[in-house]
Amino acid sequence: MSSPETKSPVLILGAASDIGRAIARRYAETGRPLVLAARDPERLEPDAADLRLRFGVAVELRAFDVLDITGHPAFVNGLEPVPGTVVCTVGLLGDQAAAERDPAALELIVATNFTGPGVALGLLADRMAAAGGGTVIGIGSVAGDRGRASNYIYGAAKAGLAAFLSGLRNRLYAKEVHVVTVKPGFVRTRMTEGMALPALLTAEPDEVARAVMRAETRRQDVVYVRSVWRLVMAVIRMLPEPVFKRTRL
Amino acid sequence: MLSGWGRYPRIDCRVVTPRDEGDAAAAVRAAGNSGLIARGNGRSYGDAALNRRATLSMLRFDRLLAFDPETGRLTCEAGVLLSDILDTFVPRGWFPAVTPGTRFVTVGGAIAADVHGKNHHKDGSFVDHVDSLDLLLEDGRVITCGPDREPELFTATRGGMGLTGTILRATLRLRPITTAWIRQETVRAPDLDTIMGLFEESVDWTYTVAWIDCLARSARLGRSLLFRGEHAEIEEVPADRRERPLATPRHRTISVPCDAPPGVLNRWTVAAFNAIYYRLGTPGTAIVGAWPFFYPLDSLLDWNRIYGGAGFVQYQCVLPKPASAVGIRALLEAVARAGRGSFLAVLKLLGKQNELMAFPMEGYTLALDFPANAPTFSFLNELDAIVADHGGRLYLAKDARMGTGLLHRGYPGLAAFRDIRVRWNPAGSFRSLQAERLAL
Repeated sequence: MSSPETKSPVLILGAASDIGRAIARRYAETGRPLVLAARDPERLEPDAADLRLRFGVAVELRAFDVLDITGHPAFVNGLEPVPGTVVCTVGLLGDQAAAERDPAALELIVATNFTGPGVALGLLADRMAAAGGGTVIGIGSVAGDRGRASNYIYGAAKAGLAAFLSGLRNRLYAKEVHVVTVKPGFVRTRMTEGMALPALLTAEPDEVARAVMRAETRRQDVVYVRSVWRLVMAVIRMLPEPVFKRTRL
Repeated sequence: MLSGWGRYPRIDCRVVTPRDEGDAAAAVRAAGNSGLIARGNGRSYGDAALNRRATLSMLRFDRLLAFDPETGRLTCEAGVLLSDILDTFVPRGWFPAVTPGTRFVTVGGAIAADVHGKNHHKDGSFVDHVDSLDLLLEDGRVITCGPDREPELFTATRGGMGLTGTILRATLRLRPITTAWIRQETVRAPDLDTIMGLFEESVDWTYTVAWIDCLARSARLGRSLLFRGEHAEIEEVPADRRERPLATPRHRTISVPCDAPPGVLNRWTVAAFNAIYYRLGTPGTAIVGAWPFFYPLDSLLDWNRIYGGAGFVQYQCVLPKPASAVGIRALLEAVARAGRGSFLAVLKLLGKQNELMAFPMEGYTLALDFPANAPTFSFLNELDAIVADHGGRLYLAKDARMGTGLLHRGYPGLAAFRDIRVRWNPAGSFRSLQAERLAL
């Protein structure tokens, strides 16, 4: 970690989330300055104070609304200097049943998990490419690996994001922009609070943060936070559709 | 399923995890009449941080907010662990003014239980170094209180077990240090009179604590090892560490991987352990790391599993000093007679303290642990009688089973505490299983 590039800022979109906070701490620990972006940046003041105090890093707060896609170009162009790493943790599980009935609810899930992050990360990747390179990290989901009755609208949006990141990775490979897709599986966060989650398959936010940093250092493309998920999803993906449609996974 | 560190009792609790003040206020509002209790890192032993209907986990309330390097004043959120404070501030030359025997407690929990450390006789308890704290009440108000500001609420909150409100933030004073090392002196005491004499002689030492062999009987009753310590000066530190005296030597931790089978800790294994430990305790002076000195058990993660799946109870009492010699002897005789060896038995002379619900008083405190089972519970009733006869009390942060009789005799400030609790939270929203059991 000695190249000057490692001290370039890390931009975290969705920094108020549990995963965003965990990622901020891990990057700050390595001395990287941080730009924390969230809808309501004032709420992040205590987090900024904590990161400055614990790790002595510079922390900047920015307002960012993932749904305001027309505002994304101004947001991206307003970042100075260009971040060396961007992590997008924005996501919304939403209510599957509501989204089946209500188009607005469906649209909100798609916009929060796919359109918004896609637009922002695409613009950021281009700015990084112009500046000589960087790392773009999107948080996908195992739910995007196969559509299941219980959460296929969320899953479809995450599948869309995964395909988008794959294409972005492909397009910018030659321009030194490395694109990572992280699939966390279950994580103990606000999103899953109160759900009964299997311990073996459930990660702490800090595990996601470590997986993110590892993926950046090792230049991995698609990573599962807990490797057991790679196996689980391989099996689920292999089930033939005539069988899969009868399951209740 | 949630439990305290003793893993008894284990209760199915609904857990709510606030991230900020707004979340916490919403949780308190939502709990309404059915009540809730705040929980830190689950290091109190019994049922103090359990509420079936709503237990408020403060672990995501974990931000350091401000630090003044001139005065050592730190403001932080209530879910910050002492280990976070150590990791951040020991390298800068600051140490908690008071620390209990584990660094995995939260600041909020340390205030609510008003924990003490090996320096109680000199420096008082944890809250004696708290300048102010922010307390969330059941009506959603946040009150800043301290020794000079709403002192009544502050006094009831220290040792108030989370029943006066939920602590959100606190400002504490850290102690300056020049090294992360301790000069430790170990002294062997062949019996109870000797160890008590040694405590009296050692009042000028900052830190004192004794490990006591609670299975030793007759002439050897009370044989112990006294550990006394001072923060080491730079010239005392090993030569190869002097360049970075505040760097903490890497401490290896190991985990207890699973519950021990029942019966692993029995009177023979414990007696053998105690005999070996006593002999291995080499008298003399040594320069030791602060971590092994203050937190010997923290290097054994999940050590509470050695008592097996049924869990254990810790029994910590304090007796007034004039009654200590006779009372502690009676307690040790009862333990040895019953052959109920406690794996960890700790004796310490505490200093003066006089708050409504604080555990410490001037006198000797004895901490023992026992597997949680029916014979233990009836045996502990015998110990309760001895404690009551000698004017002592039990530590609420350790308790899972005391009766109200002993509580009332031990805590004369209880009535005043209840008045204050009700005045600030008339609906009594803040309540734990322990509070309900004991009608606190």
